[in-house]
Amino acid sequence: MPDLSEFEMSRRGVLAGGAATAAVVAAPLGAAQSDIAQARATKPLPVRFSVNGKTRELSLDPRTTLLDALREHLHLTGTKKGCDHGQCGACTVMVDGVRINSCLSLAVMHEGDEITTIEGLGTPEELHPMQAAFIKHDGYQCGYCTPGQICSAVAVLDEIKRGVPSHAQDDLMTKPTATNVEMRERMSGNICRCGAYSNIAEAMAEVAGAKA
Amino acid sequence: MRAFTYERTKDASAAARAVAGNPAAKFIAGGTNLLDLMKIEVETPTHLVDVQDLGFDKIEATRDGGLRIGALVTNTNLAADERIRRDYGVLTRAIVAGASGQLRNKASTAGNLLQRTRCPYFYDTNMACNKRKPGSGCAAIGGYSRQLGVIGVSDSCIATFPGDMAVAMRVLDAAVETVDATGQRRTIPIADFHRLWGNKPEQDTVLRQGELITSVTLPKPLGGKHFYEKVRDRASYAYALVSVAAVIQPDGTGRVAFGGVAPRPWRVEAADALLPRGAAAVTARAFQGATPTKDNAFKLPLATRALASVLAEARA
Repeated sequence: MPDLSEFEMSRRGVLAGGAATAAVVAAPLGAAQSDIAQARATKPLPVRFSVNGKTRELSLDPRTTLLDALREHLHLTGTKKGCDHGQCGACTVMVDGVRINSCLSLAVMHEGDEITTIEGLGTPEELHPMQAAFIKHDGYQCGYCTPGQICSAVAVLDEIKRGVPSHAQDDLMTKPTATNVEMRERMSGNICRCGAYSNIAEAMAEVAGAKA
Repeated sequence: MRAFTYERTKDASAAARAVAGNPAAKFIAGGTNLLDLMKIEVETPTHLVDVQDLGFDKIEATRDGGLRIGALVTNTNLAADERIRRDYGVLTRAIVAGASGQLRNKASTAGNLLQRTRCPYFYDTNMACNKRKPGSGCAAIGGYSRQLGVIGVSDSCIATFPGDMAVAMRVLDAAVETVDATGQRRTIPIADFHRLWGNKPEQDTVLRQGELITSVTLPKPLGGKHFYEKVRDRASYAYALVSVAAVIQPDGTGRVAFGGVAPRPWRVEAADALLPRGAAAVTARAFQGATPTKDNAFKLPLATRALASVLAEARA
């Protein structure tokens, strides 16, 4: 059985000022009381993972998403919070080599993982080829979705290289290639409100071509 | 998000016991659906049991010539597996027709079977929803129902099961394998896994509290041509209005299941038998007794046309 002791407090205890002063109740909690108790923070948990090659140790409320851990705790604000529901792709990062929505993942679930954010791809002095291609092809306007677009774009070319199938493929037994249709399909989890899609696809095509 | 306690275990029985002993506990694997719902407090577990270390991440051959897919195999890895692409193409096609690349990298096989409906009234906590809050009513009935179910629904709930992967698994006659807190194992045919809502729409599947999915098995390959035709409002990254999973043999016989129309992947074996007579005959039988709303009645002719397109391609 899990230890729920930190939830067991009276409504008065919560209203009177929170965790340290909370009284423990003897009787089982009613629904309303347990609702209030539930809104409190729970005991922080330790987690250790590597971000951009550097080991980081944090102590986090278990509710903290990987996105919030990166932005609010490690101050790596390159990764963006758009919808916070996995619909826009602004929070895309790489974990153990594959792209995920960092907003839909708990930081404490990433013990031992290797995380790469936009800050780990390149620097202003030494851009990643995808970053350089986005600049050259004007693959953004406001720039808010761009870190997620670039992380996703880098991961997409790797997925094509590894033969990960997509909805755009006619023949599932043929290795996919970096065609415009393939890249557009695979980038559908990254929304750009400015509509820079065609330039993003051109930037990706250049990087894919350079690699080929 | 409500507060919760968290544990991570390497032992399946311990995971099952931890959830079985606490009605407000849940398993978490990829988390892509559960965390989304926890953020809006549609899901409010007080304890999460992280199952990522249980080792259910392999795809192995079974003795009868099929495959056993570990519950934690990601959607991406399942779709990309060479045996799946070659022998169970309908499954790869269904998976890659769903969600986005990022989500497929995290979403697990078991979690995908358990994903909850996308009915907008289920997500909107200001609205009545029997599935979210039993007894509160159904705002979808008489509301905006374009996306919602046309068959197998009830007076309590007209939501659909939203997934794609399970529709292909239904055509393939997959089976879901589970273990519970006492170590008891059971095998549930995919046909029986998702419930029809009836008067208990809060319960999506036949799983009991603390019953953990360990794997999904596929029988030996069917041969034939494999199709997953998904009709949606966007070309990519959208839920199905109607989808058709089909395996068609050279003689025109085969199997077909429909997605986006019912509380579970919708397959009627008696309708399969009508495949050689064409799409209209099949859908007339498969959707016999349908109860569409004014907003979603279009799904019935759409299902016929989507299947007709599959059958034309099968003949080509």
